[in-house]
This record gives sequence, C-alpha cells and structure tokens, in this order.
Amino acid sequence: MTDAAIAPLLVAPIEGPRVTTERPLVQVTLIGVAVIFLVLFLLLPLAAVFVEALRAGLGTYFAAITEPDAVAAIKLTVLVAAIAVPANVVFGLAASWAIAKFEFKGKSVLNTLIDLPFSVSPVISGLIYVLLFGAQGYFGPYLQSHHIQIIFALPGIVLATIFVTFPFVARELVPLMQEQGTQDEEAALSLGASGWKTFLKVTLPNIRWALLYGVVLCNARAMGEFGAVSVVSGHIRGKTNTMPLHVEILYNEYNFAAAFAVASLLALLALITLVIKIGLEWRYADQIAASRRH
Amino acid sequence: MDARAVNEVNSAAGGVWPLSWTTRWDRPMHVNVQNVVRTFGVTPALHGVSLEIEPGELVALLGPSGSGKTTLLRILAGLDIPTEGRVMFDGDDALKLTVQQRNVGLVFQNYALFRHMNVLDNIGFGLRVRPRTRRPSRKEICKRALELLDLVQLSGLEKRFPSQLSGGQRQRVAFARALAIEPRLLLLDEPFGALDAKVRRDLRRWLLELHNKTGHTTVFVTHDQEEALELADRVVVMSEGRVEQIGTPDDVYDAPNSPFVFSFIGESSVLPVRVEQRKVWLNEKPLDLPASDVPNGPAKLFLRPHDVDVVDNVSGAIVGEVTVLRRHAGLRRVDLEVGAQRHRIEIELPADFSLNLASPVAFLPRRYRLYPASQALGS
Repeated sequence: MTDAAIAPLLVAPIEGPRVTTERPLVQVTLIGVAVIFLVLFLLLPLAAVFVEALRAGLGTYFAAITEPDAVAAIKLTVLVAAIAVPANVVFGLAASWAIAKFEFKGKSVLNTLIDLPFSVSPVISGLIYVLLFGAQGYFGPYLQSHHIQIIFALPGIVLATIFVTFPFVARELVPLMQEQGTQDEEAALSLGASGWKTFLKVTLPNIRWALLYGVVLCNARAMGEFGAVSVVSGHIRGKTNTMPLHVEILYNEYNFAAAFAVASLLALLALITLVIKIGLEWRYADQIAASRRH
Repeated sequence: MDARAVNEVNSAAGGVWPLSWTTRWDRPMHVNVQNVVRTFGVTPALHGVSLEIEPGELVALLGPSGSGKTTLLRILAGLDIPTEGRVMFDGDDALKLTVQQRNVGLVFQNYALFRHMNVLDNIGFGLRVRPRTRRPSRKEICKRALELLDLVQLSGLEKRFPSQLSGGQRQRVAFARALAIEPRLLLLDEPFGALDAKVRRDLRRWLLELHNKTGHTTVFVTHDQEEALELADRVVVMSEGRVEQIGTPDDVYDAPNSPFVFSFIGESSVLPVRVEQRKVWLNEKPLDLPASDVPNGPAKLFLRPHDVDVVDNVSGAIVGEVTVLRRHAGLRRVDLEVGAQRHRIEIELPADFSLNLASPVAFLPRRYRLYPASQALGS
C-alpha cells in the first residue's frame, strides 16, 4: 500500500508546481540508475537465457530437453517438489497454527527455528545430511547394514529440499494467522464444532490464498534449489540429477545450447510463478498483505 | 453505519417470533458461579468471584478494562478454565463440560462472522457441524436459518457475505448464529462496542425486545455504564478482579456501596469532609447533611452533579466560587472552588440559571453518599 502512496510523488510533473525540492537532474539520475540496474541485472540475463537456448534453432532446443538424461532430471525435479511441497504445507500449517493460535513456552524459539534455513547457507544444510546419513556419517553404518540409501539418492535430495524450503509456507501463514486472531475459531468451538472441523471449515478457508501463495513460492524454490541438493545428490546422470544440477553439468561440458535449453525451462517456471504471485497479490491483496515482508 | 441499517433496526422491534422456536426451548438456565479464581501466571485476573444468575435474567458484567469481566465471560463459555472455584449450570458442574458440550451462544465484540460463508451458512454453521446423529437435514437447517434471519429482521440478505453488511447487520447475524444452536445460555462480549452511537441505541432496544421474546438467560459484558443500566435486570460491577456490587440498575446507581461504584457509574463530584457528631463538617462548618452510619473522622462526600439544589441560606450549605461555566445539553455545568483549600467540584444547574464568574453559589446535594477517607479513592 505504501507503493501507491509514494507513486504520485515520483510522477509529479516536471513542469509547473512541484512537490519536492530536488532538481530535475537528480530525479532523472536516480530513476535512470534504477532502470539501468533493472535491465542489466534482471531483464538482460532472463532474455539471454532464452536467446542462448534458441540460438541453435528449435530442433536442437527440443532435442536437448527431450534427451533421456534431461527428461530424467525433469522427472526427478517434479517428483522431489511433489514430495517436498506437500510435506512443507503440512509442517508449515502445523507450525503456524501452533505459533499463531496458542501460547506456550519456547514459542519464540520455534519461531526463530523456522527461519533457520533462510540464514544457513544451502551448502551447509546439504553437508549436515551427508554428516548424518552419509557412509562416514553418524547413521551411515546402520543405514548401510540395512541397505537404506539416503545420500546420493532420492531421500537425501528430498530431505535437503524440504529443509531449504521449510520457511516459505510458515512465513506466509504465521503473520496472517496472528492478525486474524482466535475469535473465529472460538466462535466455531462455541457453536459445537470439533477442533478438526474448526480447522477445516474456519481456519483453512481464512488462510487459503496466503497458503496458495506460500505453496507457489515454496514450489519455485524446491524446483530451483541448487546448493543443498548438489551436495547430497552425487550428480549421477539420469538418476540423481535435478534440473539445476543437469544445467550445471551440461554447462561444464561446454554444451551451452543444451544447458540453456534446460535453464529456459527453469526460467519459464520462474516467470509462471511470478505471474501467479502477481495475480494472487492483485486479487487477494488484503488477505496476503499481512505476510508481505519478503 | 448507514441510514438503511438504522431503519431496519427500528422496524426490528415488530418482528414475530416463529411459534416453532418458542416451543422448542427448554426452561432458561440457572447459573451459579462460586468463588472463581483465575490467575494468569502470577497475575490474578479474578480473585474469588461469586455470582448467581436466575433463569431468564439479563445480567450485565460492568467494569473498566482489566476488571476481569471478559475473563469471567470466557470461563462461563468454557473458553477459559478457572484456577479455583466452581461454575454450576442448573446445579450441574459446568467445568466438566467442554466448550462444545456447554451449548452456550456466544456473540463477540467483532462478531467473528465467518467471512468466507454467506449469511445463511453462517447462521446454519452450528447445526451443520453437529455429529451425523444429531444433525438436522440440509433442508431443515436452511429452514431454521431463514426463520432466525426473519427473527433478526434481515430477511432477504441470506446470500450476502459479512463484508457486504453494515456493522449493525453483522451484529444481528452474529445473534442469529448464536441462537441457532438453541443455547441454554447467551453470552455477549461488548455486544455494541464496535458500533456508532445511534445504531447502539437502536440495537439496545432491539436486544431487549429479543430477550423478552426468547427468554434466554443472558450475560453481557460492557464497560459502558449507560448500556448496563438501560439493558440489564441486574448489574454486576467489577473492579480489579473482584465483584464490587451486584444489584438492580436502581440499586447500583442510587445506593452505590463503594466509592469505586459511585464514581464509575454515572457522574460524580467528590469533596473531602469530616464526620463528627453525626454531622458532615466542611472546613469547621457543619453542613445540613446528616451522617448517621459513618464513623467519626475524615470522609469523602460523593454527590451527583445534577442532583443538587441551590439554596439562599448560606449557613449549613456548601459554598463555592464559580470558576468555569460550560453549556452542556439542557444544563449548565458549573465548576466551583470550595473552601480555603479551593477544592474544585462540578455541579449542573438549569441552563437559564443566572450566574457570573467569580460569584458565590451555595448548594446542598439532594442525595449523597459518605465513605470514610480510608476507603475512598481519587480526589
């Protein structure tokens, strides 16, 4: 909402009475710097991805993304997101429900812990899992003797992805649920609804758009995550390579056309995410506003 | 609030209670609160509150914020649990019942309507969430919700969403929703707190009509003494987690049993005086005010600013010098400085009463209360 309040100042007429005392040169310079920055660091790279991807023609492009290793990477990425996102929806809902609707000891600790993945380098998060479940890790011998493979396999990738994307859902929901308070739930309980029915029929509908918003962001990150997954995946082509890892491998092999082709899919995902995000923000601004801090 | 809502409230008084509802309800409930204590951590919110509410009674819990009135209401609703004490509903231990089992109709200050449901679904919610065995058919729920909508005079608005209603309309939907579960007890938390003055007045009248028709035992929380006095059969005045006085509106207004109640309910003026020889003394001068049951010594004289007579005879009267004159509705408010300490006191006189600044005025209160200085608060 502050954006709307500031906008009239920025578009104040250069001619005639002015709202601010800055000289026109200062205004033009500031706006120019912002625009150049935007083009140089955001628009140009995005355009470059698509240009490079299509440079060798559509045939090469489709060959690159239908090649078996690429298809395996796409499938793995979708599978990981399909596990990690629902898991984080459940964890995020449970955590925000607890934090926003109840008073208990250690609440602020829990609140801080949720943010931990944001403040830890993804590589470190990956290493933690190697340390725990790797061959030389704490549980390594036990897992090996039971033939359970976590590191360099799907479970490790899923665990690392869940860890890294954990805050997205909870961070959207906690402020909104705190703002909504507990009155609706209390009203439902006093009308005879059980706790579960109260959650399904009152709490969940109240947060549905913020939840969807959180899911979209969580999904984008889950599919795009590189660092943590890179440590635990082992980069086995066609087996444990996700799309970002596949892009890296192709690039390191100087196979630029194929690298950018797969990268363009990720860029496309980012664009779709952005469109959904803007759509949600536009349509349900009031319900998402409480959580707009990112 | 828009004018339409106000008109609807006005016409609400004429609504007819559907026959099917009057016959369905059981006898209104009797509530007995015994020595209820509630502490949050180390902070006590209620220190031993006892209260008996007769079936069908409309009781106001009145007090400033922090007096514990909302805590008491939440304990009755089952949303909070007392640290000590008992709550009996019709002689049964209510504390053994969960909030769902208590079957209490609760209306919140901000209504807490479910924003994603239309009016009809809001009202029918309590019936829809019942276990299958006790749940009426979909058709029956709809019929009952429509009846209730008619009762609260909002027929035709069943498809609206809460955001499309005025404050007064939301309040009445909240009432209908609470009534839908056929509650044994109706609890209202600051029911008119979020409404503007005109709608408040109209809704008060509407609530009285509704209460007379449905006959629920009803408890409402308010910090507005005017609202409590106008609506309630009995008023429970609370302060700092204790019950100060329980009585009819006349009792608490005319015979407040403590300085707190006197100054909290209605307007009051206070003068420091002495009691000796069964008389009130102001600055070594005896006043024509008997002080029969107050111990000798310093005391505070409480009076209502509008409840005074100006007298010609200066001896035996309170004499003050006019410092401020203000017009207030049909009256004139007069600030006086009394005695050598120039103690400030406010009285109200007819607007046409001729007065000048700095002129002396002699008056006597028609009604007053004396409290020993040790008991009295404030100036």
